[in-house]
Amino acid sequence: MTFLSLNHVTHQYFSKQGFTKAIEDVSLSIEEGQFVSFLGPSGCGKTTLLSIIAGLLTPTEGTVTIQRQPSSNTNIGYMLQQDYLFPWKTIQENVLLGPHIQGNITEMKKEKAIQILEEIGLASVVKSYPSQLSGGMRQRAALARTLMTDPKLLLLDEPFSALDYQTKLKLENLVSQMLKQYGKTSLLVTHDIGEAIAMSDTVYVLKARPGRIAKTFQVPDHLRTLTPFEARQHADFNDLFQTIWKELDQLESESIN
Amino acid sequence: MNRNPSTDETRFQQHLKKLQKEKRSIMIWQLIIFTSFFSLWEISSRLRWVDPLLFSSPTKIGDLLLAKITDGSIFMHMRVTLLETVAGFLLGTVLGILLAATLWWFPKLSKIIDPYLVILNAMPKVALGPIIIVALGPGYFSIIAMGAIISVIITTIVVYSAFQGVDRNYVKVLRSFGANRFQIFKEAILPASFPTIISTFKVNVGLSWVGVIVGEFLVSQKGLGYLIIYGFQVFDFTLVLASLMIIAIFAAIMYQLVERLERKLIRG
Repeated sequence: MTFLSLNHVTHQYFSKQGFTKAIEDVSLSIEEGQFVSFLGPSGCGKTTLLSIIAGLLTPTEGTVTIQRQPSSNTNIGYMLQQDYLFPWKTIQENVLLGPHIQGNITEMKKEKAIQILEEIGLASVVKSYPSQLSGGMRQRAALARTLMTDPKLLLLDEPFSALDYQTKLKLENLVSQMLKQYGKTSLLVTHDIGEAIAMSDTVYVLKARPGRIAKTFQVPDHLRTLTPFEARQHADFNDLFQTIWKELDQLESESIN
Repeated sequence: MNRNPSTDETRFQQHLKKLQKEKRSIMIWQLIIFTSFFSLWEISSRLRWVDPLLFSSPTKIGDLLLAKITDGSIFMHMRVTLLETVAGFLLGTVLGILLAATLWWFPKLSKIIDPYLVILNAMPKVALGPIIIVALGPGYFSIIAMGAIISVIITTIVVYSAFQGVDRNYVKVLRSFGANRFQIFKEAILPASFPTIISTFKVNVGLSWVGVIVGEFLVSQKGLGYLIIYGFQVFDFTLVLASLMIIAIFAAIMYQLVERLERKLIRG
């Protein structure tokens, strides 16, 4: 059954100088429990697309539905490039931000927060402030915050791009495992080809100005079952990497000409 | 690695000692400036290097203060001015923050009144003194209003621009949880602006003293501003300088209190 579907979504930004088309005629559908990636150069409207799916932005044309409902009615988790933990709140308060906003902090939710923080390896810093944590720990806390509200759909906007390489690889594994465990449908935006292949079931390659889907790649089954780190070591990983690399290269030269 | 941990410990002790020495030397210098300023003042007044009628002298000021403290007459003036200043400060600051919040809440309103804010800010507020006094009557209310009006517009402008400068992504996080406008303000906009709000507190402490003293110049029968203007009229500059000293001490205390509040509000 189709979980998320985008129907001919187009979005323009207006300014005094005129308008720019951020994305044009994007249509796709994602099954429940799938992990898909959007891969593309800067300016391909990745963040715009996520904001539209999250219901934070109304597209100038087209519709987005999640389980046949408008997306603004659905509980969506959003992870950003940086953690955006609130520096004046403790890690626990940050993780409980969703329930706090929705006005339903209960003992059960508090226990759940502690449980998620334990699973994610942050049990010892529950009462700390974000400034006392490393970048990787902060991004993990942001993941815990996102999972707290039990979102049906998870939007990941380059969540690993600000981290060092080692932390990034570790976090890819953790996030992928947590999302599988909780059975989430997820949508990752990235400009890292390896990350897209290692984590996803489907990779959409976007072209820039205006952003539209150029090509779709299915990640082979035997790579999907591996953890992102193992997948990166697999021989077939490189083949797919090369194919996508060429595709992106070609798109780039087309856009220059 | 540390084959000899005792050396590390001694190095640390040396470091602490150095810090302490530095702190002591700063304090000594501050004391030197303090004593030499007042002794120089005293000496030049006694030896008539400066006109003692105009510049008085620390001992005369001290004697006067002591006399006024013993007969208790100074306390009434101190209380009046202090109350007016604190009230003016609180009123101006709170009103300014409320106005900034209103502008944030209604972005269109902020665009509409922007030029008026600029003009009001540029205008010297103490020039409104006579109008305020006639409107509110010569008394506490006018003086408190003077203390408030001098800081309210600049507070509005500074705090509003802090509200606008809050990273949009914090708002995005909150909106993804379905936060309404009030929650966005309470959870992100306001706490993220605390550092700016505190620094407007610091500026406003000084501004309210200006407003209140000018207000007392214009109208009052009581207060430190009144003592200054009275001393000026009877050519008693010892009284003028003594009042000034008290104001300086009070202003410094208020500033310290604001700094303490700052440390409490802003963590990390």
